[in-house]
Formats: sequence, C-alpha cells, structure tokens
Amino acid sequence: MRRRIPPVLLLFVLVPLLVEGFWVFWPALQGFWLALTNWDGVSPPRFVGADNYARMLGDPVFHTAVTNTAIWLVLFGGLSAVGGLGLAVLLQKERRGVGVYRAALFVPVVFSLVATSLIWQVLYQPGGIFDSSPLADPDTALYAVLVPALWRQVGYVMVLYLAGLKGIDPGLYEAATLDGATAWQKFTHVTWPQLRSVNSVVLSVIVIDSLRSFDVVWSMTRGGPYHSSELLSTYMYSTAFQSLKLGYASALAVVIFVLAFGVIVTYLVRAFREN
Amino acid sequence: MSNRVFHAVAGTISVLWLLPIVAVLITAVRSFDDIAANGLASLPRSFTLAGFADAWTNGGAGAMWNSVLVTVPTVFLSLALSSAAAYALSRFEIPGRRSVILLMLAGNLLPPQILLVPVSKLTELLGIYDTLIALIVVQVGFGLGFYTFVLQGFMRAMPNEVQEAATIDGAGPVQIFWRIVLPMTRPALAALAALAFTWIFNDLLWAITVLRSSSVMPVTPALLALQGQYVSNWNVIAAGSVIAAIPTVVVFLRFQRHFISGLAVGAVK
Repeated sequence: MRRRIPPVLLLFVLVPLLVEGFWVFWPALQGFWLALTNWDGVSPPRFVGADNYARMLGDPVFHTAVTNTAIWLVLFGGLSAVGGLGLAVLLQKERRGVGVYRAALFVPVVFSLVATSLIWQVLYQPGGIFDSSPLADPDTALYAVLVPALWRQVGYVMVLYLAGLKGIDPGLYEAATLDGATAWQKFTHVTWPQLRSVNSVVLSVIVIDSLRSFDVVWSMTRGGPYHSSELLSTYMYSTAFQSLKLGYASALAVVIFVLAFGVIVTYLVRAFREN
Repeated sequence: MSNRVFHAVAGTISVLWLLPIVAVLITAVRSFDDIAANGLASLPRSFTLAGFADAWTNGGAGAMWNSVLVTVPTVFLSLALSSAAAYALSRFEIPGRRSVILLMLAGNLLPPQILLVPVSKLTELLGIYDTLIALIVVQVGFGLGFYTFVLQGFMRAMPNEVQEAATIDGAGPVQIFWRIVLPMTRPALAALAALAFTWIFNDLLWAITVLRSSSVMPVTPALLALQGQYVSNWNVIAAGSVIAAIPTVVVFLRFQRHFISGLAVGAVK
C-alpha cells in the first residue's frame, strides 16, 4: 500500500464509476421520481404524488402479481434451494462418474431462459406429455412456467452448495464417524452448521433471482392467460412498454425494489465485513 | 451409500434432467409433415435438417451476428473498466475505497426494473435507441459493479512483495498493472469472461428495452420472434432453440472449470 496516490489511479476508479453512475444510479434516481408522476412518454411527466401507489390498492392485476410473486419466491426459491442442496450432498464425494452427473444437472444453467422456455413449450404442446397445454389453463399456467425455471435454477444452486461443501474440514466428519454418528446426524450436526454462510448467500441469490424473474414468464405466457401467471416484473414491463403508463410502471418497479431492499442490504453488509 | 445405489439414483436424476434436451434435439431433426401427421410424442419417422435451415435463414444468421457484435465488446469493455477500477481500489489507499466498492456492487444488485423506463428514455435522448451501441453501454454500466467487486477481492489477495519490487525497479502504477497485476489476475478474468459471455448472450430484458427493430435483435430476443413467426412449426422452433444454445454450451464445455469457479467466487466469497 502506498501513501501518495498517483493521479492516473483516480482515473482508473472515476471512469468506471462515472459509467455506472450514468447508466445505473442516475436512471435509478429518475425511476423513483417518475413513480410519483403520470407519464405517457410523450408529453412532460405530471407530478401526482403518491397516486400511483394508491391506485395499486384497487388494481386486481397488481394483487394477482403480488400473490404470484410470493408463490414464485416460495416455490422457485424454496424448491431450488432444497433440490440444489440435496443434489450437492448426493454428488459431493469425488468418485467415478460424479463429474458426468454434475455436468448433466448443470447444462441447463447455460441455456438462456428464452431457449429453456421454448424447449418446454415444445414438451407442453397438446399431443406431447399432456392432452392440452398447461400454459393455456389459468389454473396451471404459473406452475407450468415454474417447472422450466426450476429445471434451470437447481443446477446453479447445486454449484453454490458444492463449493460450500468443499470448504468443510474433512476432520469434522472423521471425528463424527469416530463418535458413531449416523449419516443424518452428520448432516444436521456437521454439514448444516458449516453451511451457514453459504446458506445466507443462497438465500440472497434466490430472493434477488425470484424478484428478477421475467424472461421465462415473458417467453411462455406474457403473464397470461388473463394475467394468471403475471409476476410483478412482467406486469411492470407490460405496463411500461405496452400500455405506456410509465409513471405507474415506475411505481411498480419501486415496489420490486422495496421487496428486494432487505436482501440487498444484507448482501452488502456481508460484503463489507469481508472487505 | 453403496456404489450401486448411488449410480442408480444419480443416473436416474441425470437422465430425467437431460430428457427435455433429448426430446428437443429429436424434434429439431424431424420434418414438419412427420410431426403434423404423427404428433410430437410419436417416435421420429423422418430425419431432416430443414428446421435448422429455416431457423438459420429466417433471421437466425443475422441475429447470431448481432449477438457477436454485442457480446464481444461488452465483455471486453466490462472487464477492462472493472479490472482498472479493481486494481486502484485494491492495491492503493484510495480515500473511501470501501464505500466506492460497495456502492458499485449495490448498483449491480438493484432490480433492473427500476432502470428500464429511464434507461430506455435516456437512449432515446442520446439518439442511440434501437442501436447495438445502446445495448452495449447499458450492459457494461449495469455489470461493472459485480465484476469490480470480484476482481478487487482477487487482487487484494496478491502478495505485496511483487508490487514493491517493481516499484523499486522504477515501474509506474500503470506498468505494474499491465505487466504484473493483470497477468496474475488471469484465472479470475477467465472465469468472469466465461460468465459474462453467457449472461450477455442470454439477455432478453435489456435487449427488448432498448431495441425495437428485428434487424438489430440478438439471438435471445430473436428466438421469441421466431416463435411468433413459426407458430406450431415445432421442428423450426426446436432447431432455433438448439442454435441459440450452442454458443453458451461451447463456452461452458471449453471453460468448464473457470465457469464453475466463477459462479462460486461470485456468490461464496
């Protein structure tokens, strides 16, 4: 570490910071401001205070979107965490063939969500697995979209847990074996407590990814039929770029931000402590 | 768990996981008439690459080129800017360095929805709406925080002696960055490049926010258009998804180790 900072280094920091400031922080501030306005994108935005938020209370599509986002958070997040952890524990030991299994589970992670949803749309077609497409039925559409999203996410969470499991001191397992611990006892008394920091990372990743989920729903159903698979993210997008209600859409985006806020702060606090 | 039970369980799960991919590969090489006559679930009675030809000639080739034009500069610019920032922030006592790092990371954690409307208007204002330049700069700006955070963590862990020795030999900070720190950062850069490549190549949301014309759409959004264009031509749609997946699968297979370590570094660090 040097005391005197050569000026060129300030440029090294300032240029990237300005780029991010211009394309992220400045637009974000505008987003919060636009949420307090009525705007069609053509005439100047008109300040309406908290009207957009008041309007949400009486907006049935907003209610559906919030409920679906909550369902998505619990099922998409919960099942990918449980599935990812289970597979990581199953595939943790280095043995013959384990690399092939890991790769098989990981392959979908590299596909785009659009390609993923087209793959599943082919499978869902009438005459495929089902007699009629589950995407066309408002009762099943959300879950039909959830399956491909999970198919792709589980492998990702598995990789995070595999990295976490690798970091556990093998001596702990040896000691547990000497004490006569069963496989389940080893999991609850050694593995699980040792995974604490990975768990908190997985939790942040899951919440952030759930709230960001957009591509898979947009490509499969556009939030339909009759808004039955609408998430806050898809509702925000269609409100902004199809209905051109830019003020209301910005307010919906602020709601997503507020929901993500706690997790973002937790993640940053962790990052701060480790720095 | 005995070996036999392990392979039975893991093997079954892996086969189930790969089944959708196999099904789509088969659908992609069937003829339209075969699917229409015998249904999607029947065993294939035809083999043709017509689906691939259709998907490729009807926008696929142009979209792939657009994806190259966006992905390569975005990955390069993102890593160039973030490694410079990471170097200064990790190897020198820049005042407020911790706050700057966290501020940059915080920007990357924001839900993109809050940025969509302002960013789309900003590109209109600058006259770059509906151009690939808009997509490049937006994605560079949004990704920088994450890459900087990961790289500065990596650079901090380097031993100080090398830098000190070079300083005594009269090397300036830029030379040290270029000749010593960057080469030592190669594993992290490779991991991030592989990750960034897939993220940017797979992006849908930013593309449909700042682009409108089909002539400038990269592969991922173009795939959505293909679906609208070829309703129920499942062989073409399946072939299109296969084409769209090939580049990221190749990068993954080629850089598998880097790729996985990149994911783990980003999250577990």
